[in-house]
Amino acid sequence: MMMLVVAAREFRSMFLSPLAWSILGVVQFLLAYMFLSQIEMFLQIQGQIAGVEGAPGVTQIVAAPVFGNAAIVLLLVVPMLTMRLVSEERRAQTMSLLFSAPLSMTEIVLGKYLGVLGFLLIIVALIALMPLSLLVGVDLDLGLVAAGLLGLMLLVASFAAIGLYLSTLTNQPTVAAVSTFGVLLLLWVLDWAGDSELGDADGLFAYVSMLRHFESLLNGVFDSVDVVYYLLFITTFLVLSVRRLDADRLPH
Amino acid sequence: MRTSKWCLLYGLNKGLSFGIVLTPLHFIIRPMENETSLIRVDCVSRYFGDFCAVDNISFDVKKGEVLGLLGPNGAGKSTTMQMLTGNLAPSAGQVWINGVDLLDQPKLAKAQLGYLPDTPPLYRELNVNEYLIYCAKLNRVPSVQRQAALDKAKQRCGLTEVGKRLIGNLSKGYRQRVGIAQAIIHSPAVVILDEPTVGLDPIQIREIRHLIRELSHEHSVILSTHILPEVQAVCDRVQIINQGKLILSDSIDGLQQRMTTSSWVLGLRKAPAESVLAEQAGLERIEVLDGNRFRVFGSDEQLVERLAVTAVEQGWGLFELSPERMSLEQVFVSLTTQDEVHQGEAS
Repeated sequence: MMMLVVAAREFRSMFLSPLAWSILGVVQFLLAYMFLSQIEMFLQIQGQIAGVEGAPGVTQIVAAPVFGNAAIVLLLVVPMLTMRLVSEERRAQTMSLLFSAPLSMTEIVLGKYLGVLGFLLIIVALIALMPLSLLVGVDLDLGLVAAGLLGLMLLVASFAAIGLYLSTLTNQPTVAAVSTFGVLLLLWVLDWAGDSELGDADGLFAYVSMLRHFESLLNGVFDSVDVVYYLLFITTFLVLSVRRLDADRLPH
Repeated sequence: MRTSKWCLLYGLNKGLSFGIVLTPLHFIIRPMENETSLIRVDCVSRYFGDFCAVDNISFDVKKGEVLGLLGPNGAGKSTTMQMLTGNLAPSAGQVWINGVDLLDQPKLAKAQLGYLPDTPPLYRELNVNEYLIYCAKLNRVPSVQRQAALDKAKQRCGLTEVGKRLIGNLSKGYRQRVGIAQAIIHSPAVVILDEPTVGLDPIQIREIRHLIRELSHEHSVILSTHILPEVQAVCDRVQIINQGKLILSDSIDGLQQRMTTSSWVLGLRKAPAESVLAEQAGLERIEVLDGNRFRVFGSDEQLVERLAVTAVEQGWGLFELSPERMSLEQVFVSLTTQDEVHQGEAS
């Protein structure tokens, strides 16, 4: 329960700065534009694909690309949200408030993580509203939308876990942001190496790449391997964060 | 096969007997600690790499006692306090808070601690009420008591009027008070304050000192400072730390005795020749400070009395006669040159 106290403050502090509001506004604006252009495209090709057997439906043409674009936008946004989690507290020397309170290191890390996750959940929910608004006029493949949303949520949750870990490594929020962005981009494009002739290695790269696992969920394929991949990813970086913070206290 | 089974049984047996031996000892030791001391520090050291910041320090703090940690900058005061509050793990040694081992049961021990670090850990974007309520929640104050705890802490620290103001907009003195309020909001058994009066104006310093005295009725207080009058004003006991070592542990009276010396400043408007003064009975040595002020040394208790009488009788125009105390620096110098650790009657 104590981690919820930490999470609530983290969440609240985010909304007390203009950062959270501007991020919500900018992300929503960008994705709304992409959503509308996707709808426009659908309206143009609707006539041509109407008669074709097994042609993609509105969900695949509109919802899936919006989620895909959202992933790229959030890849840029999450580092800015996670950068200050620990490094800012270190710099302002407020960490000792948490360290001297009756809290375990795990509760501190989980609290901070859940706080950011709460904010990301709001972003994803707002993004989800756009495709869901089509329900007024058309039948959506809700299963496909749900799989896409799950994928997006797991993806940004992994982003946040890496961001939190890198934030524990430094005193400077900007350093945390830049390194988080670098790592996320690397993990994103890792499977590009699959195109070269590396033999077995490309299988490994493709397996580690975050994009591959997201794509299958985006296409409505719910494979437990993908979900487990993300969960393992998140757990790993949370455990690393706990250990890193513990190392602050320990003699070395 | 057989050996491995035997090993397992043996190991189990050993573990059990070990546990049985350990437990009674554990119980014998603990009640004694509970009675006497709220904080017990036992041979604690801390290294940063090869640098030894705190070297084998041990002390006790009893209930209702205010302990002052005194020392020059970089002496290891803050490091000691960080170890007492679980912000740093000691390289060696143990810390008990109210009979609970800080390293074994950190949550239980930290629940009885309030800590103000040298920089108050404040979130500038929150207002005072929000911040203190958050601290109360962190320290597991039950929700029904939270409002009362908030009011009490604010009232004690003189924050009643600024409850709705943003911490970022408060002056340094008020921030310091919020920091103290944060440390006492959950009525911990032990309050640890790292330089609580630094950067405050004289009136605020007086208020904070008054508050610390008030706190000592219910809590044990440890505070660190490098200001001597502060220690004299609020502390019951003093420990002087230098270069990570505890070089003095004494009651405040003991420290004051240490600091009185046998030199006096004598000011005479119509001073006689130095040789005339030097002939006074019991006077060991005399130094000329400027024109008509002198520093006189002598261990005879009646020397000063006689000097005053003579000065009046001879019409020397006595205008100053004041005892000189050793400054903190001089105490340091005299202490650091002595080898062994002094233990006063208080410990």
